[in-house]
Amino acid sequence: MTRLRFVQATGAEHVVDAPLGESVMKAATTNFVAGIIGECGGSCSCATCHVYVDEPWFSQLLPPDAMEQGMLEGAVEPGPQSRLSCQIDVTEKHEGMILRIPAGQA
Amino acid sequence: MTILIVGAGQAGGECASQLRKLGYAGPVTLLGDEPHPPYKRPPLSKAYLAGAVTAESLHVLPAASLAKFDIGFRGNARVTRIDRAARHVELATGERLAYDKLLLATGGRARELNLPGARRANVLALRTIADVDAIKARLAPGKRVCIIGGGFIGLEVAAVCVKLGAKVTVLEGLPRVLARVTAPPVSAFFERIHREAGVDLRIGAQVAALEGEPEVTAVALADGARVDTDLVIVGVGIVPNVELAQDAGLAIDNGIVVDEFTRTSDENICAAGDCTNHPSEFLGRRLRLESVQNAMEQGRAAASTLLGKPEPYQMVPWFWSDQYDVKLQMVGISAGHDQLILRGDPATTRAFAAFYLRAGKLIAADVVSRPADFAFAKKLVAARARIDPALLADEAVALKSLA
Repeated sequence: MTRLRFVQATGAEHVVDAPLGESVMKAATTNFVAGIIGECGGSCSCATCHVYVDEPWFSQLLPPDAMEQGMLEGAVEPGPQSRLSCQIDVTEKHEGMILRIPAGQA
Repeated sequence: MTILIVGAGQAGGECASQLRKLGYAGPVTLLGDEPHPPYKRPPLSKAYLAGAVTAESLHVLPAASLAKFDIGFRGNARVTRIDRAARHVELATGERLAYDKLLLATGGRARELNLPGARRANVLALRTIADVDAIKARLAPGKRVCIIGGGFIGLEVAAVCVKLGAKVTVLEGLPRVLARVTAPPVSAFFERIHREAGVDLRIGAQVAALEGEPEVTAVALADGARVDTDLVIVGVGIVPNVELAQDAGLAIDNGIVVDEFTRTSDENICAAGDCTNHPSEFLGRRLRLESVQNAMEQGRAAASTLLGKPEPYQMVPWFWSDQYDVKLQMVGISAGHDQLILRGDPATTRAFAAFYLRAGKLIAADVVSRPADFAFAKKLVAARARIDPALLADEAVALKSLA
């Protein structure tokens, strides 16, 4: 298990223990974290699992592929640390990782 | 207050989750006729058939979530009757379960072929985990697979079967694949990539008979051709499961009739997902949709309504399909367009977009492997944007700059 911290735009925090190898999106949706919808179920088709990843974790992630990059361009309020959480698989290195949920993503 | 949800698919599961997210702490129970808790169906014809993911990984409300959020789930629980006056449902076992509020999320079932032999053991549909397990048990390199239906299910299954080394034939009765949902150049694109992958794709192919006993050994066509096969997979659409609602006297019209708050004609009963005929503000008409987006959005809307705080759902329909290395993303409903604009060449490339205009306004887009274009097309379609067709067609103009 790796501990992830989801932070809403309001500042509300949701701490989740995620199994290794599971996607960050699934960790959020199975723990009912608001604002992470995951409509396409993690197939990089909808961008409803968009998050901002805090450093130092953001720089440690495997870079997004072309499909994710394209979807991120049109996500809700994209920023320099935007990722689709369905494309991030949880590892030991992610302990404590802070994931911020865009305002207005519902 | 006790809430019962009949149907443990994605609409039912999403409603249960949303009830808890909205702070409802009372009893809620999902009744499913499959053994599984709510699971994702879209991967069934893709990653799950390919063997790339486990059945457990498809669960959207796994046992741990059901326990943590105190959501009841009963599998293999078939509801046979609703007594609206007494407010209870009856299971196939005769057991009765009382409700104060009820959600019908009964989904649909695979349409069967209306032919003798349609129920032979090697004629299989694809709607459930059990269906795919049955298909996988018969798939192997070199096996001959005959797929009836050139819609999304048929084509996605064809792509997976080819990758697994099967010899695949697809039979489509209409003059082109995906005819119900897209324009001829997009259909032609999918016909091309399947043929390039080695699929024997036949359009205008009328299935006349299933031959062979006890299992089907050949599919006979009306023009006299025969397709020898080890396995028949039928992907000819779904039939909405409306019988429970119909028998209970609820309004039915190609689906359970609901309003924009998912309310049926009974104030204590909502309905959500593939089984509903619902109003679309975006389209200005009623329709029934078969999509996970619709299931989830209506599931969430139903949760609000069941808790007495109705909020209308307003969505712009979107869909996707993964076949080979290609991702198709569609937004809006293209039927009724009077102008089709292509960006990129579907005849020679594997990435392009088709934009559909009506009276100069963008009403839908089909985007193949151009994710950023899709993301912005979604916004432009939602806004029913009026855009110069020359700009839409010009690959040098970023769609982003038009949004």
